[in-house]
Amino acid sequence: MNELRVENLHVAIGDQQIVRGLSLAVPRGEVHAIMGPNGSGKSTLAKVMAGHPDYQVIKGKITMDGEDLLALEPDDRARNGLFLAFQYPSEVPGVTIANFLRAALAARLPEGEELEATEYYARLYEKMELLGMDRSFTSRAVNEGFSGGEKKRTEILQLAMLEPKYAVLDETDSGLDIDALKTVAHGVNSLRGSKIGILLITHYQRILNYIVPDHVHVMVQGRIVRSGGKDLALELEERGYDWARDGATEPVLTR
Amino acid sequence: MKTENKAVDINRSIGDFHYKVDYAKDAGSGLSEKTIHYISDAKEDPDWVREFRLRGLKTFLEKPLPTHWASKDLEAIDFDKIRYYLASGDAAKRTWEEVPEDIKRTFERLGIPEQERKFLAGVEAQFDSEAVYSNIKKAVGEQGVIFVGSTEGLKNHPDIFRKWFGKVIPIADNKFSALNAAVFSGGSFIYVPPGVKVKHPLQAYFRINAENFGQFERTLIIADEGSEVTYMEGCTAPKFETTTLHSAVVELVALKGAKIQYITVQNWSANVFNLVTKRGLAHEDAEIKWIDCNIGSRLTMKYPGVVLKGRKARGEVLSIALANNGQHQDTGAKMIHAADETTSNIISKSISIGTGRATYRGLVHVPKHLKNCKNTDTYPAITVRGTGNAVQHEASVSQVSAEQIFYMQQRGLTEAQAMSLSVNGFVNDLVRQFPMEYSVELKRLIELEMEGSVG
Repeated sequence: MNELRVENLHVAIGDQQIVRGLSLAVPRGEVHAIMGPNGSGKSTLAKVMAGHPDYQVIKGKITMDGEDLLALEPDDRARNGLFLAFQYPSEVPGVTIANFLRAALAARLPEGEELEATEYYARLYEKMELLGMDRSFTSRAVNEGFSGGEKKRTEILQLAMLEPKYAVLDETDSGLDIDALKTVAHGVNSLRGSKIGILLITHYQRILNYIVPDHVHVMVQGRIVRSGGKDLALELEERGYDWARDGATEPVLTR
Repeated sequence: MKTENKAVDINRSIGDFHYKVDYAKDAGSGLSEKTIHYISDAKEDPDWVREFRLRGLKTFLEKPLPTHWASKDLEAIDFDKIRYYLASGDAAKRTWEEVPEDIKRTFERLGIPEQERKFLAGVEAQFDSEAVYSNIKKAVGEQGVIFVGSTEGLKNHPDIFRKWFGKVIPIADNKFSALNAAVFSGGSFIYVPPGVKVKHPLQAYFRINAENFGQFERTLIIADEGSEVTYMEGCTAPKFETTTLHSAVVELVALKGAKIQYITVQNWSANVFNLVTKRGLAHEDAEIKWIDCNIGSRLTMKYPGVVLKGRKARGEVLSIALANNGQHQDTGAKMIHAADETTSNIISKSISIGTGRATYRGLVHVPKHLKNCKNTDTYPAITVRGTGNAVQHEASVSQVSAEQIFYMQQRGLTEAQAMSLSVNGFVNDLVRQFPMEYSVELKRLIELEMEGSVG
């Protein structure tokens, strides 16, 4: 089955349990949004999928196209086709975007094969244009001294270049003004298609006006409490997370 | 002879081999006056050198180990077990064909003859105690440039040699400079005549082959008025269980308006104690630049310095130290401002990984009476007296964080690749100032070091 699948996931950091029995499936070709208030465990979910060492999975499964992700190192997950756009991307001083992406792409090639430089730069420039990034950006060190918007664009640039099977976008909209948001959304939309499944994690409905999801899930206190179509986001915006939280205690009617 | 076409490549795994060699000259283990006389006889030293050695021995024995400020690990050196002089007894050859087969094979495995053909103006190759090969390109020799081993230098060019030898770093500078004075052998002697600019680097390669051995090369470089020279040293040793000692002394003299650039890319195995004294003397308007990359060794103690003796003299130290698991890099720089309008610049970056330790010690001295001196030091210990002297302090410390490594792994890089890219990035602004061949080499060394550091 071609999907990114989470089953009954329980996650803790130290003594504190953050994700409590979460299940979710994002098939390739679809865009799913997870909405939730601060502290609901959204970012934890994203990091656990990518294999962050600080979190312990107590129970549950995560699979990608049927393959057990939890058994793999973070870099194996990435090379197998999982991409995480970080909410707070790290700086890598002294390493240019061009060199960083080149190393990341080279890591995906069979041993002995090398990246073709001309093709690589042609593709890089094409994707940068799509995201409204100046070419001079390639020679800047990854995220070093970048504004919030520049960091988010750089994440999407990497997504576009690495062509994963599944992408988790963690609060990619946070800290963006409306123009930057539109550009980033345009970039993500241009990548949509049958080859990629996207999980969009957000606090606000706003980005979903530009990246229209196929499904919306509401996450509260470490679980999905409601799932629905794109209209659920609007309803949530109107009625607030309290409504969604209350809904969690009611018999689940929605799907 | 077929050689592979590859870039400069002196890496640890390539260096980790040794041949069994019969040494015609062997001073045995331990150090006494007898050892000194054995070495002096073997090398046919002039009397003044023999006396210099004996004074060195006396000072060495008198001085305590500097463990009141330095690592107690120095106590692990057993001076009685070390072999102080090992040589074939032959003079250095001028062509590789004349170099004995085993030794030639060593340097071929390390890629030296090939580099020489590619981009060097001259090469000296030292195997244990003595130079086995030294040669400069004809055109460079015709300009009057001298590039020979120290033994040959003191014999064939006594006037210039003796004038500066031991003047920049006196015997009693420290315990290990005294030890070097006692048993020195090998190292380079370079003289560049006035106005001559040596376009390509001169390179020396120091190879330790024998176990329990101490290598004590002594290098003296004199750049006469208005001349320029770049010198590069590389070092390797095989990995032995027992300790090996490398204790060199390097003296540079840049006369009026001359420029010397001295580059070290050391890649010692983890059993080597590397205790080196390096200092330059910059006369009026002269410039001395040390580029010092310390990778490997068990303990390195090294603080290249420049004495800015003449007006408008400039001194610079760029140093990179990478302390991997179990290693200690105790490095730094010294700048002694001794004239007006002198400037100095120190940039030092150290990285420690796992249980590795990187220590920085810096000294910048600007006496009270001087005017218009400038210094920049990234991690300084500064003594400044008087006014009108500018001392700038730029601290830029960066660390390889777990979060950064995770970020890079998420892009598909293995942990080792991520570490290597991160460390290379951290030192990138310094490495960019190196000649290209050496920046490529350093990058590879860091990669290899990182591969070894993660499980």
